[in-house]
Amino acid sequence: MRKNRDNLKSPEQELRIFRLRALLAVVLVFALTGVLMGRLAWLQVVQHEVYSTRSEKNRVRVEPLPPTRGLIYDRNGVLLAENRPTYNLTLVRERVDDLDATLGLLVELLELPEEEAEAFRVRSRQRQRPFQPALLMSDLDEEQIARLSVNRHLLPGVEVEAQLLRYYPDAEVMAHALGYVGRINAEELANLDTGRYAGTHFIGKTGVERFYEDQLHGQAGLRKVETNARGRVLRELGRTDPVPGQNITLTLDHGLQKLAYELLDGRRGSIVAIAPRTGEILAMVSTPGFDSNQFVTGIDVASYRALQENLDLPLYNRAIRGHYPPGSTIKPFLALAGLAEGVITPDRTINDPGFYQLPNDTRRYRNWLRWGHGRVDMERSIAVSNNTYYYALAYDLGIDRIHETMSAFGFGKRVGHDIFGESTALMPSREWKRGRFNQPWYPGETLSVGIGQGYWQVTPLQLATATAVLANRGEWVKPRLASRIGDEELPARLADTPSDIEIPHDAWWDRIFSGMEKVLTGHEGTARRTGVGLEYRMAGKSGTAQVFSLGQDQRYNAEELAERLRDHALFMAFAPTEDPQIAVSVIVENAGGGSTHAAHLARAMSDAWLLKDREPDVEELREAMADDDSQVAGN
Amino acid sequence: MGMIDLSRILRPYPVRPPASGISRRRSLWERLHLDPWLLGMLLALMAAGLMVLYSASGQRIEPVIAQAIRFGVALVVMFLLAQLSPSTLLRWALPVYALGVLLLVAVELVGDVGMGAKRWLVIPGVIRFQPSEMMKLAMPLMVAAYLSRRALPPTLRDIAVCGLLVGLPVALIAKQPDLGTSLLVASAAIFVVLLAGLSWRFIAALAALAAAALPLLWMNLHNYQRQRVLTFLDPNSDPLGSGWNIIQSTTAIGSGGVFGKGWLQGTQSQLEFLPERHTDFIVAVLGEEFGLVGMLAILALYLAIISRGLWLAAGAQETFGRLVAGSIILTFFIYVFVNVGMVSGILPVVGVPLPLVSYGGTSSVTLMAGFGILMAIHAHRRLLPR
Repeated sequence: MRKNRDNLKSPEQELRIFRLRALLAVVLVFALTGVLMGRLAWLQVVQHEVYSTRSEKNRVRVEPLPPTRGLIYDRNGVLLAENRPTYNLTLVRERVDDLDATLGLLVELLELPEEEAEAFRVRSRQRQRPFQPALLMSDLDEEQIARLSVNRHLLPGVEVEAQLLRYYPDAEVMAHALGYVGRINAEELANLDTGRYAGTHFIGKTGVERFYEDQLHGQAGLRKVETNARGRVLRELGRTDPVPGQNITLTLDHGLQKLAYELLDGRRGSIVAIAPRTGEILAMVSTPGFDSNQFVTGIDVASYRALQENLDLPLYNRAIRGHYPPGSTIKPFLALAGLAEGVITPDRTINDPGFYQLPNDTRRYRNWLRWGHGRVDMERSIAVSNNTYYYALAYDLGIDRIHETMSAFGFGKRVGHDIFGESTALMPSREWKRGRFNQPWYPGETLSVGIGQGYWQVTPLQLATATAVLANRGEWVKPRLASRIGDEELPARLADTPSDIEIPHDAWWDRIFSGMEKVLTGHEGTARRTGVGLEYRMAGKSGTAQVFSLGQDQRYNAEELAERLRDHALFMAFAPTEDPQIAVSVIVENAGGGSTHAAHLARAMSDAWLLKDREPDVEELREAMADDDSQVAGN
Repeated sequence: MGMIDLSRILRPYPVRPPASGISRRRSLWERLHLDPWLLGMLLALMAAGLMVLYSASGQRIEPVIAQAIRFGVALVVMFLLAQLSPSTLLRWALPVYALGVLLLVAVELVGDVGMGAKRWLVIPGVIRFQPSEMMKLAMPLMVAAYLSRRALPPTLRDIAVCGLLVGLPVALIAKQPDLGTSLLVASAAIFVVLLAGLSWRFIAALAALAAAALPLLWMNLHNYQRQRVLTFLDPNSDPLGSGWNIIQSTTAIGSGGVFGKGWLQGTQSQLEFLPERHTDFIVAVLGEEFGLVGMLAILALYLAIISRGLWLAAGAQETFGRLVAGSIILTFFIYVFVNVGMVSGILPVVGVPLPLVSYGGTSSVTLMAGFGILMAIHAHRRLLPR
């Protein structure tokens, strides 16, 4: 087969052929490029007018169609967050010839203070995608719209845009739990899917609005429109409809939430109520509240400063971020730990002389009752809130076992399923102290932890959750705010639910509950005044937390100082004991007068939930509390 | 295939030892095996490309940085390839070609679907790879390696062999479907054959045959490809659908006028209704913002690069090098012509990027690899005394 033609190869001839062909190629390349240049000259010189007209006078524009944000309902279908049609003032910088003059004219027309003019300047210069409208001002009133319309010819690039704006009908009551939406800031813009958020100026900032932002927002659509030279839409050429955000139904009960807010009566404090069987959060209130609608339209500088500088910290969500020493409210949990670890039995008693001493230590750790409670078993230790019993128990358990068992109840952890910005608070341990202070753990500190003082800090949500787990006889439920997103029910048992808590004998739960019932109904119970006239079985535990010091940067006058050094009142409870429907934690800061203040509020919450036909009389309750304040109550 | 003796292709290229008499001091560029003129013009083109890209991508800096990084990679690839001697390239031609065909078959069998076409080969977590890109260089190398062993001009039998070498990969690429790349790969091979001296009679016969085969080709086109041709013939038949691109791009270019609307000032481009404006249609942004002046300048730059490339090709001493270099540079022109022709509305829409201006990594690297080979062929010529 081999046909050797190599002999015939002639490098000179090949080079000649190549050079000729290459020359032809050059001619062809120049000729074809000439064709391209001719075409371009045709388009850009001869036909320039035609295309220029098409481009300038009869523009086709792509307009974003922002989706409608999902609504938020309470468990009974009460609307908590809605969308209200409003008119916004927007500006497309690329269409404005003289920005300063335009802004000046706007401020003049709208009769705005000079401060706002500066804010306009900042907003109009915020980095935007080219030709995207920047939001200058929302919620224009009719007179402002009229003035802008009359002067429209002087304001190219300025548009009054109809848009749905978030509105919270019962803002102050719901503010902390719901959160709010606000203008998308530069930092958020950098991380956003700009296609999905085209035409949207708002984004969830805190709370449910933030946690469920993805579901609530939806997907932007767009439409191609033909416009005239002034940017007015002549006709629509095509559109992709936006996908509206999903509605969310919460587990919150608006009535109960409102009651909790009124019960706290503007004092600093928090109430959290959970349905123990399901983990549904029925109420979650932090007071003082604030008007979250201000944040939607863009809060003015003075109001924001007032909120920021308010010593009651209204913007601070105490329910999930407040750190409080739990005080005696954790005694039932410690008793359970003692039972689980075999350190105590329900019937074993101690003798309380009014103090406890560590071995080989002369220091006396005192019971709140100076002369002591005498013989104290487990139930009585809860009912009278005996300290000595728990000093001994804590010492026998040791900090390591306390840390482990209390962590199992969720202390020191984020417990919520869909709660934005929850704090872990603090469940101290040997390792924590080593890491934080580089110091060993001292036995005396274990005793402080035994009565819920010392380094131990809880959030109201943690306390309510632990109470719900207790009410469930150790079965864990994760507290949650949403029950339904769009058409989808959330599963009953959530992922990452912690392990259930077990003790050697199931009957021992009843002994703990019995002690907690005696807190309210026993003749020496610490909250016996609250238990008067109880129509169902209720188990609870009181607590007071000492305020050790005030923050250095806080300024108080003498009268305020006295008030702010008073103890915090705490109460945790669930009811009915045999079939728990509600678990509640109450914290009232600097309540003074012992823990009964908080106990009354817990009872009112429980009454409202269990005896639904009866209107709670908030006024009467306040009088009862004022009575109590004048008397000395238990720990 | 019995008539082809592939072992001869694999035989080492007969490199003659350098004559001792010609050793003179070599300049820095010669020692680096780079052509400063060509490199300078390519860098100028890249710089212009990045500037247009910034405008075309909605004034975001991220794509510009990504593209600059790719250019860096492409320059490194070019530099490395420039160090190879033509004899190495000749030896690699067959293995690289065979590997390319194998990978194309692999794509057909297990390829990843992206944008409605099967073009990618993915080894998860390691690499995403488009074998058709590799074919753009493997093809001219293979055909040139084959022809350089034959006496030229090529005989009918040589043409038949080349037809087989070209046909299989082009058919595989066209089936993905990727009309633009198959066009580029086929033209790279055709340029080799033409430069090797295919007789004019034959060329005329082939042209006639191609014209006759057009209806057959039409029947084998995908629906969207047919739609593109129809749209090209009358864009206004479907102004909001398939005609949209062409109407918007010609409007963008035409409204640019002689001097353009200025950088970042193109309303057509910035208003985002010019689709794919940072990839295949980027030249419309250039036309709108820099006008006829800008378009002529960029075309002149392309012409200068092509002229320099052909000059280098003509200076190569061996047939293999000449054919490869000539084919690479003429294929480069095809990119420019097809892209600008498509965007300005004189060619149907085919997915071909504007070289070194359109956003995209793979094509930039392939192009610069081609220039690396071109420089290698040029730089190593002095190893062979005249």
